[in-house]
Amino acid sequence: MILNATFLSAFLGVLLVLLLPRRFEMLSRWLALLASIAGFVFACKAFAGYDQKSAQHFQYVTQIPWIKALGIQFFTQADGISLVLLVLTGIIAIAGVLFSWNVTQRPRAFFAFFLTIIAGVYGVFQSFDLFLLFVFYEIVIVPKYFLIAAWGSTNREYGAMKLTIYSVAGSALVLLVTAATYAVSGAHSFDLMVLADHAHIVFPASFQVWAFPAMFLGFAVLAGIWPFHTWAPTGHVAAPTAVSMLLAGVVMKLGSYSALRVAMTLFPQGLEQWRNVIAVLATIGILYGALVALAQRDLKFVVGYSSVNHMGFVLLGLVTLNTIGLSGAVLQMFSHGIIGGLLFAVVGRMIYDRTHTRDIATLGSMHLSKALPFAAFTFTVASVASMGLPGFSGFIAELTILSGSWKPFPLLLIPTGLGVVVTVAFTLRALQGSFFAAKADGPPDPAGHHEPFDPITLPEKLGACLLMATTLGVGLYPKILLDPIMRSFDSPLMHQLIREVASK
Amino acid sequence: MSALTFLTFTPLIGAALAAIVPKKHAGYIRALGFGFMLSSLAWALFLAFAYRRDIGGIQFSEWHLWVPNLNLGITYFLGVDGLSTMLILLTAIITPFALLAAGSSLSKLNVVMMLLLQSALFGTFTALNFIHWFLFYELSLVPAFFLIRSGGGKLASVAAFRFFVYTLLGGLAMLVSFLAIQLATHTFDLLHLASLGQSGDLDRMLDAQFGSLGFGPGGISLLVFAGIFLGLAVKVPVVPFHTWLPDAYAEAPSPVSMLLTGLMSKMGLYGFLRLLLPLFPARMQALSTPLLWLAVITIVFSAIAALAQKDIKRLLAYSSVNHLGYCLLAIFAFAAVPHGPPNDRAAAMDGVLLQIFNHGLTASALFCFVAFIERRSGGLRGLADFGGLRSAAPVIAGLMGIAIFSSLGLPGLNGFVGEFLIFKGTLALGAFQMINESSGAVLRAVVFAAIGLFVTAVFLLNLIQKVFTGPLPERWAKFPDLSSGEILTVAPVITLIFVLGIYPQLLIALFNKTVLFLP
Repeated sequence: MILNATFLSAFLGVLLVLLLPRRFEMLSRWLALLASIAGFVFACKAFAGYDQKSAQHFQYVTQIPWIKALGIQFFTQADGISLVLLVLTGIIAIAGVLFSWNVTQRPRAFFAFFLTIIAGVYGVFQSFDLFLLFVFYEIVIVPKYFLIAAWGSTNREYGAMKLTIYSVAGSALVLLVTAATYAVSGAHSFDLMVLADHAHIVFPASFQVWAFPAMFLGFAVLAGIWPFHTWAPTGHVAAPTAVSMLLAGVVMKLGSYSALRVAMTLFPQGLEQWRNVIAVLATIGILYGALVALAQRDLKFVVGYSSVNHMGFVLLGLVTLNTIGLSGAVLQMFSHGIIGGLLFAVVGRMIYDRTHTRDIATLGSMHLSKALPFAAFTFTVASVASMGLPGFSGFIAELTILSGSWKPFPLLLIPTGLGVVVTVAFTLRALQGSFFAAKADGPPDPAGHHEPFDPITLPEKLGACLLMATTLGVGLYPKILLDPIMRSFDSPLMHQLIREVASK
Repeated sequence: MSALTFLTFTPLIGAALAAIVPKKHAGYIRALGFGFMLSSLAWALFLAFAYRRDIGGIQFSEWHLWVPNLNLGITYFLGVDGLSTMLILLTAIITPFALLAAGSSLSKLNVVMMLLLQSALFGTFTALNFIHWFLFYELSLVPAFFLIRSGGGKLASVAAFRFFVYTLLGGLAMLVSFLAIQLATHTFDLLHLASLGQSGDLDRMLDAQFGSLGFGPGGISLLVFAGIFLGLAVKVPVVPFHTWLPDAYAEAPSPVSMLLTGLMSKMGLYGFLRLLLPLFPARMQALSTPLLWLAVITIVFSAIAALAQKDIKRLLAYSSVNHLGYCLLAIFAFAAVPHGPPNDRAAAMDGVLLQIFNHGLTASALFCFVAFIERRSGGLRGLADFGGLRSAAPVIAGLMGIAIFSSLGLPGLNGFVGEFLIFKGTLALGAFQMINESSGAVLRAVVFAAIGLFVTAVFLLNLIQKVFTGPLPERWAKFPDLSSGEILTVAPVITLIFVLGIYPQLLIALFNKTVLFLP
């Protein structure tokens, strides 16, 4: 039940926010914050209470028949992978609310949509009934459209529509394959555990060979797999800050998580056949994302493409099919969630809301490191974390993925390594260009005498500190997440993915 | 928590506390920073005395599983030998020295960054697992970046950025090399890798793991070596990887230059001694001729470049490259003649370690005097801007003269002993190589490097002449001499310059055993 409490508290928050009379704007923020904190606390409690010694890999099981005629159940449980991502969702939810404290345009509606997405994300990470999972998955998509179209900035209608079309097309593929799977299996069940158990016997290779790529792709679109990534930068840029944070922080992870949990476990033979193709696409994503980010003039686009780059690592880790690479992929999901969220928070909230520009050259003339030192500091920390400096979560995650992919894909290490170098380059370029392009000996601010920027507010500082502390904490003590993650790959459901024993 | 962890975390706690205090209490922040640095110094002194020099080897070691689940061999592994203890001591001495030299010009950010840098240095000098080491090595970039930038102006910003990028890319090359090593050996443990390196197993394991890539026998190990070498060469620096350095040293505020030259350049040399030499002794021997030439080029080029400088800080920057070049020369000669007489090898290596410590003291003292001069001249620091200061400010002239002569290698001052041992050791090794292996590589290098010695003398004497002698320009007639606070700031280091010049055994005893164990 404690698992369900995560999304229930978010739904309760939606309900309460909507019930508030229109004039209680401030209260709606506090309610949203409370609901997010409650969800986070439940997620943490579940994480802390997870018994790693137990023979049961999946714990907190709730299994209630729902639509008996179709064999649909309400079936939630969690292993280490789910728990890590649930905690991530909790952190991003809190930070997202803190960074949208300044939303004045219909805050009730804003926070209601926001919490709906959070509830859906919590739901996906714990559903083990395909139908239930799909329901939660769809709950996430609709509010995204409204949030971007109504509260977004640059090109928001276009960005919102593009993102929604991609998401819907992806989920249509998923739905199609889910229906086919239900029909082919004959098990009269959407229970992932049951279906995966019989995967080898029940699903003929001829079925898997098209069902796997269709389903994997359907999910991976949301994870920004190249060449279906184009929604990501446009959508991220158009979205209001909190939604960019959600998109990069958790929604992209829905894609990679479901690809791992559903597509890969159900269709092992299909996976075998398409594995190399996916690895190549992932590597292209790493390199391409980095190179395109290097060419951007809009700071938010840089961060948007960096998401494509970092998610490429996740996808590469997934198809290594060894414990190290797979665990690295899950750790990278967490790590990028935090770091990506932080980057968008600085760019969208701390900078854009004050300067009303995201053009790197224009920002460079504003002496931001002097004018907004806290923003500059936070962006520096986020940048060094993002380029994988040791001590931050990104380093250990990418190190783990690279180490895992050496065995299966030795040749891909060269373009991937190149991608890492370009990542350093574009991150430094953005950091230097927008924050430290000091012209202190030139005339101060030729652009005109603008008023001093509003100081960074307390909610922003709290949110930034939360995210920075998380990436640093995990970077210094990755064991706290790696233990439960690696343990999860011993469960019968996930262990079938492991193709080779990790070298000793 | 044990001794070394405590050492690393003390400045971190100080940085956190200093960060909390509001900016307007700058005086308290500086006092707080200084207090923490003094306690680090006390702790470092305690370690240096408690280190059992009669036994040698790694002591105070601490080992915890860090990321155990991955079988990547990432551990929290600390320990010190004589070399590390000496560098810890140097770090603990120079950091408060730089803080005092900066005086009231130091902002809150810079105090925090200096403490962070100190912690990163302690971490680097105590780590015995590559990932652990690398974490602190890279961590030092962030405070250094901000410290260099604090020089102000466009040029400082560019210099800081260039420093950051060069070192980061070098670090990346090093990381890739160590990943390859990890894949082949399944460990990041530097002591274990050192034993593999000395038995030659490391090369064999690299060949076995990567043989299929078609680099031929030893090919991959050469690439791995090159990656690590590149990372360290940028840091020391070795010419031609030095181009970031003159700008960084010159544009940074002088107290920051003290840290850069006194401590951060030592991270690179430490890497040569801790990573490259133990892991690849055979490779270094095989490549010793080109490596020795690189050292000679570094020495001679930087000496000539220093001769051509018109800015005191740039001159000192090249002088720093020049002095560390002698260390490189001796390290490469040491590697070139592995079967040489143990006494001569020990002499050369003792010289390297002494030179590391002494250069740290002397170079940071020199930059400290530049800080004092800049404070009086309103930032002017061209050689041509001064003259005859001796008559206006005899104390500055006298004390800075001591530091310059120490840098020049005057017997009786600390700089002499290190350089003497380096040349004595390398010459003997060169002679041994000539006789037994009929190869003149080391000998030739030593002879050419000796040319550098002359040029060093010329540009340092030129510095004295241009600044302190000759007619005193009108505008410096009222050039104030050192205040008593400033004298107190430099007094400990000047004292050490004399003490170590007269009684170098004080330091040699600390690391003599360690030197004997080097491959």
